[in-house]
Amino acid sequence: MAEPPSGKKVIDLVRRPMPAQPADERSHNFTEVALGYTLELASEEARRCLDCKMPRCMDGCPVNVDIPGFIRELAKGDLRGAISTLREHNLLPAVCGRVCPQENQCEAVCNLVKRGASVAIGRLERFVADAAAMDNMIEPPQPSPSTGKRVAVVGSGPAGLTCACDLLRLGHQVTIYEALHEPGGVLIYGIPEFRLPKHIVRREIDQIRAMGAEIVCDFVVGQSATLSELRAQFDAVFVGTGAGLPWFMGIPGENLVGVMSANEYLTRVNLLKAYQTGAATPVPKPRVAAVVGAGNVAMDAARTALRLGAKQVHIVYRRSRDEVPARLEEVEHAEEEGIIFDFLTLPVAFGGENGRLTTITCQKQQLGEPDERGRRSPVPIEGSEYDMPCDLVVMAIGQSPNPLIKNTTPDLQTSRRGTISADDKTGRTNLPGVFAGGDVVTGQATVILAMGAGRKAAASIDDWLRTGEWAIVEAEG
Amino acid sequence: MYEIVERRQLVPDHHVLTIHAPHVANKVQPGQFVILRSDEEGERIPLSVADFDREAGTVTSVFLEAGAATMKLARLETGGTIPTYMGPLGKASEVEPCGTVVLMGGCYGIGALYPIARAHRAAGNRVISILEAHTQWLLYWTERHQAIADEVYVMTSDGTAGERGLSFDKLTALLDGGLAPGLVYAIGCTFLMSSAAKLAEERDLNLKVALNTVMVDGTGMCGGCRCSAGGEPKFACVDGPEFDGRAVDWEGLMARRRAYRPQELATMRRLDSSGKLASSKPAGKGPHHG
Repeated sequence: MAEPPSGKKVIDLVRRPMPAQPADERSHNFTEVALGYTLELASEEARRCLDCKMPRCMDGCPVNVDIPGFIRELAKGDLRGAISTLREHNLLPAVCGRVCPQENQCEAVCNLVKRGASVAIGRLERFVADAAAMDNMIEPPQPSPSTGKRVAVVGSGPAGLTCACDLLRLGHQVTIYEALHEPGGVLIYGIPEFRLPKHIVRREIDQIRAMGAEIVCDFVVGQSATLSELRAQFDAVFVGTGAGLPWFMGIPGENLVGVMSANEYLTRVNLLKAYQTGAATPVPKPRVAAVVGAGNVAMDAARTALRLGAKQVHIVYRRSRDEVPARLEEVEHAEEEGIIFDFLTLPVAFGGENGRLTTITCQKQQLGEPDERGRRSPVPIEGSEYDMPCDLVVMAIGQSPNPLIKNTTPDLQTSRRGTISADDKTGRTNLPGVFAGGDVVTGQATVILAMGAGRKAAASIDDWLRTGEWAIVEAEG
Repeated sequence: MYEIVERRQLVPDHHVLTIHAPHVANKVQPGQFVILRSDEEGERIPLSVADFDREAGTVTSVFLEAGAATMKLARLETGGTIPTYMGPLGKASEVEPCGTVVLMGGCYGIGALYPIARAHRAAGNRVISILEAHTQWLLYWTERHQAIADEVYVMTSDGTAGERGLSFDKLTALLDGGLAPGLVYAIGCTFLMSSAAKLAEERDLNLKVALNTVMVDGTGMCGGCRCSAGGEPKFACVDGPEFDGRAVDWEGLMARRRAYRPQELATMRRLDSSGKLASSKPAGKGPHHG
């Protein structure tokens, strides 16, 4: 690259691609698809940042990472500086660098986006996090002196982990309750190894343990203890139980063997390690798989089926390509790997023999008027029904919060959609001392939004523990 | 880690497993279940609760050695530990005064019925237990049931103990003799429960069954346990495990229970005598109860 003439910065419009495993290779293995930047690529990409006087990227970040700051340090070759800047705002940078939808957040508002070349902020974040971990540069943040206050965090996903970590930093004692046998929530049971290696999640959780958090697994709040019982034992409770109740379509044949939720499919493969040779937990080995839906979960399920040996994997989505909600990178990766996208297609029934799925009946759709969120709604094309042979259907059409806590805490205010009503800025619910955040409040969203909510709640919990003041919350929904 | 207070074979293929798990023992009620794993690589296995001791912090289950997962479980030793014990799960039995309660159980169900029978007796109901086994040497816990029930009938297929026949036959005879139970429970293999359901339909009985479906998490997350009751989709883990036996779609349920049978058999062939999996091809599982 040519040296910029002194005093004037040449704008480099070549966004550096991230090396990845070749598609025909990776579609047969579970190791990570994206290989991450090399030091050279990362430095080049970091130097593309204009270090704007009025940076907009930070506004696009739900946890307000000092993006120009860490990139500036990286560009100077100061990895230690870059990681500590990153971690001031985000304790899970290795996770976020991999799973955030940057193209809708920080990179969407980068001043270079209009020239079609926004800085690859996510890839740089990932590089800094991985390189720092490799060089053992990551140390648990130093907790403040103990306040003697005890907080229970319910759920160990992105919201709970972020909240716990901030509380520990502020000097509070934290106990995290997890229903499953391993902490991490969706980062462990949901997102596959090839997109988010589990050792990275475990590394982050080990840090939170090292900061003094107690993590109690196999404990189902709502069953092993009610929320009120927990509240009586702690000074405050944060509920970050996510959106774990899978939706089904309610169409004929849905109870056939071979139709399952994405949660079940991915949990068998990820948490119970069914992808490993010799694992005890079974997982269906289909010839043709159809995944219904086109979000990140659908991409994960489809690419998992391919890796487990399916000959053909379809994504069946009732809208068109423009409405696909998944991260751009996941869609591109899925296409490269040979996933077949059936757009404007709606399953209307499943057929089977002896209780086992054999076909999916689909109906073609066309796009009609935009709905309240501005997405164009699909309209059925009558008479366009067709059958496709298939032996696994994975339903990835969304999830709502698990009702166990709601059902056993009658005083807790919830919405008609089953979400907990909590104040957007503080996470305060209608019960004093009880906070909530993440998907359990918003409905299914992203890892980073849940982390943002966990962070806001931690600040608000700290405030409540210090002042004892509980503002009345106008519940929504 | 949770201590194995006792793992003992009661009768061939039926084992009692008592685990020290105060977080479950504190809250568990009759009719609920737990999920456990026998080792770090193991599957998550749902088991009905057959007894509990809040003071000692222990919970007891009776399980049938039926598939790869329960074969491993059956090789655990008293004094050892298991990595996962989660619960209590599912809804507790509704125990209200209802006159006479008939409880019919076979296989692991003889154990699972025990705390339910005890609770009904404590609620002042007249308790009649019908225990079913193929033969005399597969019967267990008869004395335990006798200690809490008003009447206990034993039924064996070969007539080597009690009367010859099934629990179904005994219930039919009791009904023919004029018995009008306020509530009937059936817990055991799907055949026992579905035939009780047929009888309940004919004789207009209030029947409760406890479903043991394929499940992963036990908290409503996977939907693997979904079944149809009264035409409504239900999750056995959180809406159950108890359902109105007459409302259950038994055919659909049986198909779902067979889902992983081929993979299960493949795994069983790979288990060595100590219950370890010989690593070869990826493996399978199915429902644990017969």
